[in-house]
Parts: sequence; structure tokens; C-alpha cells
Amino acid sequence: MPLSNRHLLGLYGIPREDIQLILDTSSTFREVLERPIKKVPTLTGKTIVNLFFENSTRTRISFELAQKRLSADTVNFSTSMSSTKKGETFKDTVKNIEAMKIDMIVVRHQSAGVPHFLTKISNANIINAGDGRHEHPTQALLDMYSIREKFKSFEGLRLCIVGDIAHSRVALSNIHGLITMGAKVSVCGPPTMIPRGIESLGVKVLHSIDKAIQENDVLNVLRIQLERKAGTNIPSVREYHNYFGITAERIEKNNPNIVILHPGPINRGVELSSEVADGPYQIILNQVTNGVAVRMAVLYLLGTL
Amino acid sequence: MKLLLKNIQIVNPAQSLNQRKDILISNGTIAEIGQIDEKGCDQVIEGNSLICAPGLFDMHVHLREPGREDEETVQTGCNSAAAGGFTGVACMPNTSPAIDNAEVVSSILEKAKNHLVEVIPIGAVSVGREGESLAPIAELYTAGARAFSDDGVAVKSASLLRNALEYLQMYNAPVIEHCEDESLADGAMNESEVSTLLGLPSVPSVAEDLIVMRDILMAEYTGGKVHIAHISSKRAVEIVREAKAKGINVTAEVTPHHFTLTDDSLKSYDTNFKMNPPLRKAADVEAIIEGLIDGTIDCIASDHAPHSIEEKEMEFIYAPNGILGLETELGLALSELVHKNRLTIEQLIEKLAINPRKILNIPVPKIEKGVEANLSIFDPDLVWTVEVSKFKSKSRNSPFNNRLLTGKSVAVINKGKLYYQNQYHSL
Repeated sequence: MPLSNRHLLGLYGIPREDIQLILDTSSTFREVLERPIKKVPTLTGKTIVNLFFENSTRTRISFELAQKRLSADTVNFSTSMSSTKKGETFKDTVKNIEAMKIDMIVVRHQSAGVPHFLTKISNANIINAGDGRHEHPTQALLDMYSIREKFKSFEGLRLCIVGDIAHSRVALSNIHGLITMGAKVSVCGPPTMIPRGIESLGVKVLHSIDKAIQENDVLNVLRIQLERKAGTNIPSVREYHNYFGITAERIEKNNPNIVILHPGPINRGVELSSEVADGPYQIILNQVTNGVAVRMAVLYLLGTL
Repeated sequence: MKLLLKNIQIVNPAQSLNQRKDILISNGTIAEIGQIDEKGCDQVIEGNSLICAPGLFDMHVHLREPGREDEETVQTGCNSAAAGGFTGVACMPNTSPAIDNAEVVSSILEKAKNHLVEVIPIGAVSVGREGESLAPIAELYTAGARAFSDDGVAVKSASLLRNALEYLQMYNAPVIEHCEDESLADGAMNESEVSTLLGLPSVPSVAEDLIVMRDILMAEYTGGKVHIAHISSKRAVEIVREAKAKGINVTAEVTPHHFTLTDDSLKSYDTNFKMNPPLRKAADVEAIIEGLIDGTIDCIASDHAPHSIEEKEMEFIYAPNGILGLETELGLALSELVHKNRLTIEQLIEKLAINPRKILNIPVPKIEKGVEANLSIFDPDLVWTVEVSKFKSKSRNSPFNNRLLTGKSVAVINKGKLYYQNQYHSL
């Protein structure tokens, strides 16, 4: 059974079977990554462009490695400048790149909806590598893969996403994917970080980190964006850490069996204490390794449709 | 030249007119109303299913001239208005330069002079629409401006608004307000579960309600006249309703898109659904329609906002706000309000022809013997499909392309000219 869509724009509305297929395929590639020669010829002759309009190191490297390990030809286009500021429209930039005969586009952009826009102006398979505060589906898939390694099944699994939900693309993709797979999802943060109507997506809202640790099997802890102007949605980073930061003490007190995920990069001493970031509860570096396998799976499934 | 409108339904609630008769127009003047023989007439338009109303007037359009003539000009904007069934428009001052001096008013009036469509410039409230100091309001009024607005944004401070409202009492002219609290305004769509789902930065409806409330309190305090542009939230409609009950001098308009669409439309990330105020919820749409029915909302205006293709075909958060309105306005109003039995045809004509002129304090055309003909003739039952490629506007940014509408303009007559079957004729 192939995927039901030729693009991966988000996990909203993606059927359970597709997610299952991506996760199962990821297992195969995860084995490849343990081999001495970590390369397969699957996408030989395919050309993939990584179109990054926003600074990103990890996601881009992860995608690039995944592409190289599938033997695809890859090119990177990175700019932190909006194309409009250069005088060329986004559409012209894309048309130019597409004219060089490419098969797939991996795109990251500040504006939600750019991957959808790309499907209208390009014939390539589009993979969303993060659009504004909308979705980041491969991040959620690698989170889910890492959770599945630990728990085997999502059915009834209790997971809470902690942090600035309102400005997070990771949160939305996780919510959609996990709910589709049968998990019970909640979000936790100060009310200024919880967006309007999030309950309508089927999640519970918590404002106490202790409760979040007690009530869940997994916490997916988001990065607090320090570059966001302090004093707007939280009074200070220090206050955030004191009231929502995850420390070994809090875990030991509330639920020592909790599993901690973090999409990286970590702000040590803000959302996670160093003890937690390096401690036995977290599976953060597994997530990074799995990220390459999951992205290989997505590229493979879309590239060979 | 003699033009006969044969057997046509004449509707003008301002004169309590609703009757089927013939109208003879001779050299641009209504020569006779009654039973008229076709003999000796140069042109006959068969009435049958048609309605003849006072010329429709859209009090909120952006003609983009001076400054963005690539998007619209006075000429193309007027052509768009005529095609949409309008004989008059009021144009907003957010041009470049802004309509904040008499020369710009005169140049717009000069460009519109020979067109069938009458253009009433709206002057800026503040110099450069920057919200710092009052624009030369008396000079602007003398040159022909009949209302004042910093549209695009609200008048920046309550103190400046107070001065404008007091000063304008010399002319009984309104301040037209784009109601939006600046500190809450940093977004690309309405704040709701849909903006959460789409991950787009959003503006809450309370940003509108706050300024509506501020403006009404200022109108009450000063005795000045405030007109709320493009009202879009349920709460704002309630606030205006309460204010009117108290006798405060406030009026309000709504756009066709705000009584037709909701923020669900944005799920396609189509930038043609991006406008300000943003599309809101079904409950807001219903409150707006109820406001139209009970008179809380006085009129319908398009907020016709032409944008170039390259500007709209952009990443959602960077695309400009606004859509075309003039050529779909009448069809949407008939389809969504009259054919759904929410407004009568008389109420619709009040909101599209009579009330906008009353708010601007300009004469309302009559349909009677001896006056210059200023008429809109439309077929309320004509079913047609919107094709933006056929628009007379210079731009194409409409979310209603391919939409099926019931009701369309057939002809407009004003200033001794007839626009009929895609052509202008001298009368």
C-alpha cells in the first residue's frame, strides 16, 4: 500500500495507515543506519532541493543525510531573507529552481501555508520541513517513532506537550499524529502560550507542570524561544523555569517513570535542567538518530510513489 | 437622445416608490414616467424582470490613484463601479501621496470629471495618515472631500479623534473609522480555532470591538459623527446597536465578504481570502445580517481593494490585505440577503443607494420627472458565474472567481451617460 498523498504537508488529516506505513518503513531504514555502509541506492537519479527560508541547522542536516543515504542528488538553497526583500518573488524563485528539473522539494519557511502554495506552483513532491507555527510533520513522526521504540503502541498512551504551544509547529504536528494513532494528548504551559480553541483539536489543557508529569507517560518538551521578546507572553525566562522547567526533583517527586522528549536545541536551565537533559528519563539523542531514518522513509515513500 | 425604459419595476424607498411603469430619459433627464409610446425613442430597454433603482453608491473603495496606478486608476475603478451597477463611489485616502491636501482631491475629481461614475474623495484625518497632526480638513472639504478617514488604520489617538470629530461639526461630515487596536493587530487572520489549526498569526475580534467602543464614546462626548467601516464582529454590532438606541451619532457599513464568508475559507491558504478586518465566524456573519435587518448596519460597502497578481501570489503572511468588491457586490447582496429572504429589495436599495449618501450628507437621487437621471438597472434573478478575467477593474484579486451568483447589474445611467452591454453611450 503506497501513501495516499504525494506530498507531506502536515499530519492533519493524514490517515492512520499512512502514519503506520511511514513508521514501519522507518524501522527498515533505522537498521540501515546500523550497518557499516549506511547507504542504499533507492533514490538514485532523483534530485531533491532543500529550500530553507529560515535558519535551520539540524533539520536541514538530517534531511540532507537522509537524502545522501538514499543516493539522491541534493542541492541546498538557504536564505534567511524573504525572497521579496531580494526583489524576486517567492514564486519566481521556485519556478527557477524547478526549471532545473527537480523531483522533490523539502521546504522550511516563516509563513504557514507555504508548502501548500508550493503544491500549486510546482510539480515536485513537497515535504514540509516546518512552516511558520503551523506544522513540522517529520519532527512529529520522528517523535512518534522514538515513542514507539519505548512503548510499542500509542493506544491509550498519555502524552503532554509542554511549552509555547501557540508558537510551535512541533506541537500541532504531534497533536494530529498522536491523536490519529490513539494516544491521549494534553498540552501544558502558562495560558499566554496556549492558543485559542486548541481544545477543539481534542487535547486537554494543563497549567501545572507537576500535574503534567504525574498524569502522563511521556512529556514532549518544547524549546522556549529565547529570541522572542521577553515580557510579552512570559514575564521572564527565570520565572518560566521556576514554574514550568522540568527538573530531576520534579520528576522524582511526581513520576520517575516519565519519558522526556525534546525536539532540540535544548535551552539548559530553561525548559529542562541539565540533570534532566543528560539524565535517564530522556531519549533526546535517540530522536536525532531516528530523525534520519524517518526522513529516509518519507523521502523513499514519496519518491517512489 | 431619447432612451425608454419600458415596463420596468421602479423601486425607491426614499420616495415610497415600488411600481411598474415606463421611464423616458431625454438628454440625460427624466422626461416622463408613466405609459409611454416607443415611437420616437432612439433606444428601448425592455424592463420585464428588471428593477430600476436610484444609482447605487459604494462609500468605501480604494482607487489606488495616485501611487499604485498598476493596480487601479480612477478611470478603471470607475469602470469597475459602472460594471457593478454603481453610479457613485467614495474613495479612501490611503494613496501615495495620501489624500491629505486639496491638490490630490482636485486631481482625483479632475480625472473622474467626465466619467459616468461620480467620485467623492475621502480626505485623510491626519497628515500622511500618520496620526500625529490634523490634515487640512477645511481645505479638503472645500476641494470636495465629504468624509474623513485614516483607513488602513484607526485614528491613532483618542485626542486626535476628538479634535477631528469636533472640527468636522462645521461640515456635518463623518469620520470613517477602520476599527482596529494597533497593539492587538499583528496578524494575518481572525483569531479562532481555525488560526490555531492553520498556524497563522491572528488578530482577535476584540481588537475591532475596542476601537468601535472608543469611537462611539468619543462620538457621544463630542457630538460628532462616526461611521464604522467594514464592521465584522458580533460584539461590534451589539455595541453599535446599543449606541444607536442611546441616540449617539454613529453609523456602520459591512462588506459583502463579511456577510458571506467565514474564516473556514482560509483553510486553502488562498491569499484572496486575506483581508482586514479578517473573515470571522458563522456567529459573526449571522449577527451582521441581523444588524442589516434591524438597521444597526446602515449600508453595504465593498472595501474594493485592488492588488497586483504578484503581490497576492505570495507567502500568506507577506501578502497584502484586501480583495476586489465592486463587480460582485450587488450579486452577493442579492444572493445572500434578498434571495435568502433576509432583506427586502427595498431594504437592499436603502443600504446600497440611499443610506451611504445620507451618511456622506450628499443628495440622494430621485426618480421623478425633471431631474437628471441617476439610475441603476439590474436583474435580480439573472444567474451568472463570476469570471475575474472579465472584470473591468485592473486587478484580479477576488475570492469569488467561479462563484455562481443570482442578480446582476444590467445598466447604469448618470451624468448624461448610459453604461449598457459593456459600452458607454451619451444620452
